[in-house]
Amino acid sequence: MTVRPIVSALRKHKITAWLVILEIALTCAIVCNAVFLISQRLQAMAMPSGIAEQELLAIDVANLREEPDAKARVQEDLAALRAVPGVRQVSLAGLVPLAGSEFNTEVKLDPAQKTASLNAAMYTGENLLATLGTRLVAGRELQPEEFRYADEVSKAFAGGDAQEQGVPHTLVITQAMAEQLWPGQNPLGRQIYFRSVPIRVVGVVAHLARGSNLALGGDYSLVLPIRELVKEGNSFLIRTAPQDRARVMQAALAALKARNPHRVILASRNWEQIRAEFFQNDRAMAGLLVGICVALLLVTALGIFGLASFWVAQRRRTIGVRRALGATRGDILHYFQTENFLLASAGIVLGMVFAYGINLFLMHRYELPRLPLAYLPVGAALLWGIGQLAVLAPALRAAAVPPVVATRSV
Amino acid sequence: MFGYYLDLALRSLKRHRALTALMVLAIAVGIGASMTMLTVMHILSGDPVPTRSSTLFFPQVNPSPAPGERHAPFDMMDYRSATELWSAHRADRQALIASAALKLNAPGVNLPPLMAQTLSTTADFFPMFDVPFRYGDAWTAQDDAQRARVVVISDDLNNKLFGGADSVGRTLRLKGADVRIVGVLAPWRPSPLFYDVAGGRYAEGQTASFYSKPEDVFMPFNSGQDIVGHDYNVFTCWSTAQGSDLRTGPCVWVMLWVQLDSVAKVGAYRDFIAAYAQQQKALGRFVHADDTRMMSLLQWLDFNRAIPGDVRLQTWLAFAFLLICLFNTVGLLLAKFLRRSGEIGVRRALGASRGTVFAQCLVEAGVIGLLGGIGGWLLAMLGLWLVRRQPVEYADLVHLDVPMFLATFGLAIAASLLAGMLPALRASRITPALQLKTL
Repeated sequence: MTVRPIVSALRKHKITAWLVILEIALTCAIVCNAVFLISQRLQAMAMPSGIAEQELLAIDVANLREEPDAKARVQEDLAALRAVPGVRQVSLAGLVPLAGSEFNTEVKLDPAQKTASLNAAMYTGENLLATLGTRLVAGRELQPEEFRYADEVSKAFAGGDAQEQGVPHTLVITQAMAEQLWPGQNPLGRQIYFRSVPIRVVGVVAHLARGSNLALGGDYSLVLPIRELVKEGNSFLIRTAPQDRARVMQAALAALKARNPHRVILASRNWEQIRAEFFQNDRAMAGLLVGICVALLLVTALGIFGLASFWVAQRRRTIGVRRALGATRGDILHYFQTENFLLASAGIVLGMVFAYGINLFLMHRYELPRLPLAYLPVGAALLWGIGQLAVLAPALRAAAVPPVVATRSV
Repeated sequence: MFGYYLDLALRSLKRHRALTALMVLAIAVGIGASMTMLTVMHILSGDPVPTRSSTLFFPQVNPSPAPGERHAPFDMMDYRSATELWSAHRADRQALIASAALKLNAPGVNLPPLMAQTLSTTADFFPMFDVPFRYGDAWTAQDDAQRARVVVISDDLNNKLFGGADSVGRTLRLKGADVRIVGVLAPWRPSPLFYDVAGGRYAEGQTASFYSKPEDVFMPFNSGQDIVGHDYNVFTCWSTAQGSDLRTGPCVWVMLWVQLDSVAKVGAYRDFIAAYAQQQKALGRFVHADDTRMMSLLQWLDFNRAIPGDVRLQTWLAFAFLLICLFNTVGLLLAKFLRRSGEIGVRRALGASRGTVFAQCLVEAGVIGLLGGIGGWLLAMLGLWLVRRQPVEYADLVHLDVPMFLATFGLAIAASLLAGMLPALRASRITPALQLKTL
């Protein structure tokens, strides 16, 4: 099948041909970018948290009135939770991964530094890492004698005295954070500064996701040896076997309520719920984008179908003449298929340029990464396929035109 | 003449039902998608206080003592600056604002305690922002001064606790303190919740929370200091301050809104806060005396990029979608009109001018647009229903109002006329002689 007659036929219908090409180009550009956006969202949703999500429960509690001797009460609460059958580890945490809020802090390597090296989420809580199930890759865990109470730490920090007993002097950080601060070097024993207070790195965990603000570095987290008290924003964390979660949650809630009736349970969730809630916008957006892609391809296919049908009807006589002169049904079928392929190809080439342009715009406006080139052939294949599918029915109809049409007048 | 064209258009459309359906569908889908997102944009970018947004202003000063470190005012103020500016009473009306989540229960109501969002503010808040009341009334400036234990509650909370009955005079317990209800608001849902908007430029486009519901409990600012204590939501601190007194600490957590009724007053207030900053610098409390700023309400919303990034992106997508649908329609109309070249040739030969052929073709395109508009309206209703089911703060706000309903048809007809322009032009250029020869 030679291409030349097809091109010269298309020249006769310049406007219509350009319309099809533009439509395919725009669809290609938008679908490429939309698929890229979808993959971005899916990637965000699959983000590893570094914790034993299948085994963890979180209960957010607030006390209705100030408790006397709050520190002893926390230990009793934790003991009561530990006594629930099936509970393996418990902790009272100041922040939990992917919870939707966080306490974060600017980290400096030198107290005189003007801008911080990075911003990290701050985890606190006795027995926190063992409960979360993070994987230690270097150094050691935080030791019980290093722990201080949160209120004492605040007071010590407010006093501004770095040597004061109340301030923690050790911490555990994530691998990603260590790599960012000291690329390629051993982070153990190095110091970071909270304002003017030096704190030494004693351990490194593989991963620990933040509570929110993933854009600041989803895996930049640090753990300080600080004991928390029951207050809003803090959560009881319970580690148990995956199959026991529902039962343990019920028993734990009952135990906490029984210990203190003046208590509000703000939330009780497992990580399937926490993840679903945290990424609900991403999921909704990904779903919407999939819907838009499907609708776009459908509209484009219908457009191609409609135009091809008209062209076939318009060229009935010409087709009849060609058939009478010896063209086979296959020739006619291939003619329309090749024509569509040429139009789609032109559209795809133009579409790639558009796709790149839209991506530049999105990079500028929404700080998205550059569109990987791998998406372009995917978009191309999709549009070639859609085009061929849409043109098939009109092309078959064209192939069915009998040669006798040539001998008839209109 | 129009009637005749309409008749011709309908006949022509009926002749090719499948093609007509295809064109109507393309327009309907494009209009449906873009009207859904336009409606969401329209609702999110509306003026939250249409009656007086042009007289509302948001003064800012920079209390940070760290020289050189940051050189722009924070989004909120420290307690001392805010209360000192407020006490000067230089504006026509002025309201201090600080928010906190507090435990709340109603004695005598059989419901478990709940966490309520509360706002500590001053008496001007209600008249200044046109807040509607259902029962009772706002507290007075005297209540502010006397630290009266009174509150105004939202319609939602009144329904939840008291089944919608007049609860004025009843008592609530807020974090252990007993407060008396003096007013119940009528349903009030400003979009966005403008007076709480702050920190938008750090939100990475995740600004849906700006569209949440107003707080459930409003109390006098000074009474709030006694009741809430250190539990206020803090915007940020310029040095470590946990545990120290929030009111003297290095933290910003209070907002000041002022109403200024004339341009002269706006200028005077700008001078006033500049002079205040100078004075504070002289006292050694401020470092950045020139760091004062006062935006109008709408400027402030704009500065915070209040419309969520996802919504902007979806709107772009919707319009790209409409564009593709239009290309589709242009192609189909072109094919359709040119196929009728013979008929048009006869009409031209019989004396129809180019203009009449053009008009006739446009009427046909307009009819398709009208039909597409009906389809687009139905699809937009479906789209908005889907938006309402999304877990976002503004979901309950989204509905199709009359202007947007009319805009749907306006846009549909405009789009189809635009799409019909080129095909109609081509059709009107058909040379009658050539067509008649081939007949």
